[in-house]
Amino acid sequence: MVLQQQEIRRHTIAILVDNEAGVLARVIGLFSGRGYNIESLTVAEVDPREQLSRITIVTSGTLMVIEQIKAQLGRLVPVHKVSDLTIEGPSVSRELALVKVAGIGEKRVESLRIADIFRARAVDSTNDSFVFEIVGATDKLDAFIHLMEPLGLVDVSRTGVVAIARGPNPI
Amino acid sequence: MSTETMTGAELVLKALVDQGVEVIFGYPGGAVLPLYDELFKQNRLRHILVRHEQAAVHAAEGYARSTGKVGVVLVTSGPGATNAVTGLLDALCDSVPLVCLTGQVPTHLIGNDAFQEADTTGITRPCTKHNYLVKDVAQVARVVHEAFYVARTGRPGPVVVDLPKDVLVGKGEYVGPAKVKHKSYRPQIKGDLKAIEEAVALIAEAKRPIFYVGGGVVNSGPAACQLLNQFVKMTGFPCTQTLMGLGSFPGSDPLSLGMLGMHGTYEANLAMHGCDVMICVGARFDDRVTGRLNAFSPNSRKIHIDIDPSSINKNVVVDIPIVGDIAYVLEDMIKVWKARQIHVDGKALRAWWAQIEQWRTKDCLHYTQGGKIIKPQYAIQRLYEKTRDRDTYITTEVGQHQMWAAQFYKFETPGRWLTSGGLGTMGYGLPSAMGVQIAHPDSLVIDIAGEASIQMNIQEMATLAQYRLPVKVFILNNQYMGMVRQWQELLHGGRYSESYSGSLPDFVKLADAFGAVGLRAETVADLDGVIDQMIAIDRPVIVDCCVDSAENCFPMIPSGAAHNEMLLGPKDETDNAVSEDGMILV
Repeated sequence: MVLQQQEIRRHTIAILVDNEAGVLARVIGLFSGRGYNIESLTVAEVDPREQLSRITIVTSGTLMVIEQIKAQLGRLVPVHKVSDLTIEGPSVSRELALVKVAGIGEKRVESLRIADIFRARAVDSTNDSFVFEIVGATDKLDAFIHLMEPLGLVDVSRTGVVAIARGPNPI
Repeated sequence: MSTETMTGAELVLKALVDQGVEVIFGYPGGAVLPLYDELFKQNRLRHILVRHEQAAVHAAEGYARSTGKVGVVLVTSGPGATNAVTGLLDALCDSVPLVCLTGQVPTHLIGNDAFQEADTTGITRPCTKHNYLVKDVAQVARVVHEAFYVARTGRPGPVVVDLPKDVLVGKGEYVGPAKVKHKSYRPQIKGDLKAIEEAVALIAEAKRPIFYVGGGVVNSGPAACQLLNQFVKMTGFPCTQTLMGLGSFPGSDPLSLGMLGMHGTYEANLAMHGCDVMICVGARFDDRVTGRLNAFSPNSRKIHIDIDPSSINKNVVVDIPIVGDIAYVLEDMIKVWKARQIHVDGKALRAWWAQIEQWRTKDCLHYTQGGKIIKPQYAIQRLYEKTRDRDTYITTEVGQHQMWAAQFYKFETPGRWLTSGGLGTMGYGLPSAMGVQIAHPDSLVIDIAGEASIQMNIQEMATLAQYRLPVKVFILNNQYMGMVRQWQELLHGGRYSESYSGSLPDFVKLADAFGAVGLRAETVADLDGVIDQMIAIDRPVIVDCCVDSAENCFPMIPSGAAHNEMLLGPKDETDNAVSEDGMILV
């Protein structure tokens, strides 16, 4: 049976919840209380009229664990919908990072060159620093940040993954 | 009337009355004084004053489980709420519908470390099905109605409503229960018909089938139990019950194999191990039932009916999951079964029963009552024989006495057996018996207890006295925390670390101090007379039944062992019974 696969895989799960006090604590508490991983988590209100927020969680586990995570999320009272974007057809996912690099001379020029290759934009600049904004898949961001390390990387802020299914249908 | 404004406290009480509440178990304090003031002014809701908030929750559990209604608890902020936490988790683990109203400091003080402030919603989040902090008096009535709806529907559970004092004093409008509809919470009631048809087809071709039924059947209600009865009889299959499922199927029926699991019967566990089709109805493959998972019922195809999707494939992967209310699913199954005019494989079934009968001849619950010292099993058996034909409810504490009660007391109908299964809360039995007696004033309510457990909520003897509740506390006194002692004997070389109660109260005198009647049975000759006396006295009674302190509870599946690796009794080799992997298990 498929559920008995022991391979650990990464899944991106989208959850539509009532935007009410404590709802994020319920979701996070469920993960920590039951020993599940959170690799990334993002949350924001997406429907002000209906007061709905969308949480995107990247987690990993065997298929049995992932199924259990979804069932546990689904039975939280303020949860409207749980969607496993990794297995329910194609989806797009993006992450944004702000990356601060400090330096002068050749390193500074090199950081600008690499930023150009990665289509990162400089959103702040001083005489001895840049803040780059980069959008893309998680591993692209990882690669960019890795390349900035020897060039004076001093600070990183990442949003975590947001994701949405391809095609015309809502969650 | 619908637009009338009332204080938050009035709104709460009106909502409770409209929800059909008759009894509240509680304990007052500063933050809930406005509610107690309103309670004082009315006479539709009866308040039972307990002596500790944990007991209020267990009493409400007893009330709920013996009536099928939602139990209601009222406690104050801070320590009132934290004392209730054990009871709330107990109710969550055993799926008992409760609404617990907690007081809270006024909203402007929340977060200020105010006197008797606790982050009640934070603390109780993992101990409840859902919880609310009501910050606006306009939401009070809606939230209370919603809390009842969430508590009693789907897989039932406890719901906390945290009420700041200024919200109880402020004024707002009332809304009735009919106007409250939840935005996202929709438990699935009807099972998927295709899965039901597949399940029936699988059941029809079974050669070595077994019904494995749990507390979900009891929770689904009397109709579910009746349908289960009907379906089991139609098939003629054996039926084993979990600790929580006792009473869902008549314990004395020849098709019943009794309880399964760690202290279940030999025939039930071997039938689970050897079956080819397992029909799990409202049970959750708990570790106390499955034993070692990778050796659990290795050759069976499994059907699992449960209202909670997260119970499916949690511990054991099943072949046909059916999410839905058991009563609805069983009704559909019986319909499909009849429509297809299915006949079971009689020849295979006869062979299977012959095998089971052979396992039964092991007489796995056998014990020897010799000499003067009362064997605990004998005490339960006599208690059963003397109370079985009465209108009796049994509650228990947790430990050896609980397992002996489960093994030797047979329940024919649901809701008569109340025990702390999932959480295993010592101190559950007395307050829960109190709640049962409130709901059933003329019934015989007995808490089968151990001398250690009973002391965890012994203060409730005063509540019994105050409300003249004739609860009977039947203590199997072996002077040890018996189950701890048993594990220390089997696993830790007989080093009885801290499991002996060096000083015990004189329970007969203690009963007297609480205005109850104390009785003691010291020898086998005393036992019947003491039980008769206990039943005859129309007041609270404590029976101190002095039993053999060395007796262990068998049969037993040691930790980390499989269903077919049971220890049947002290004569079995126990030295190497527990593997190293098993040592770390609880």
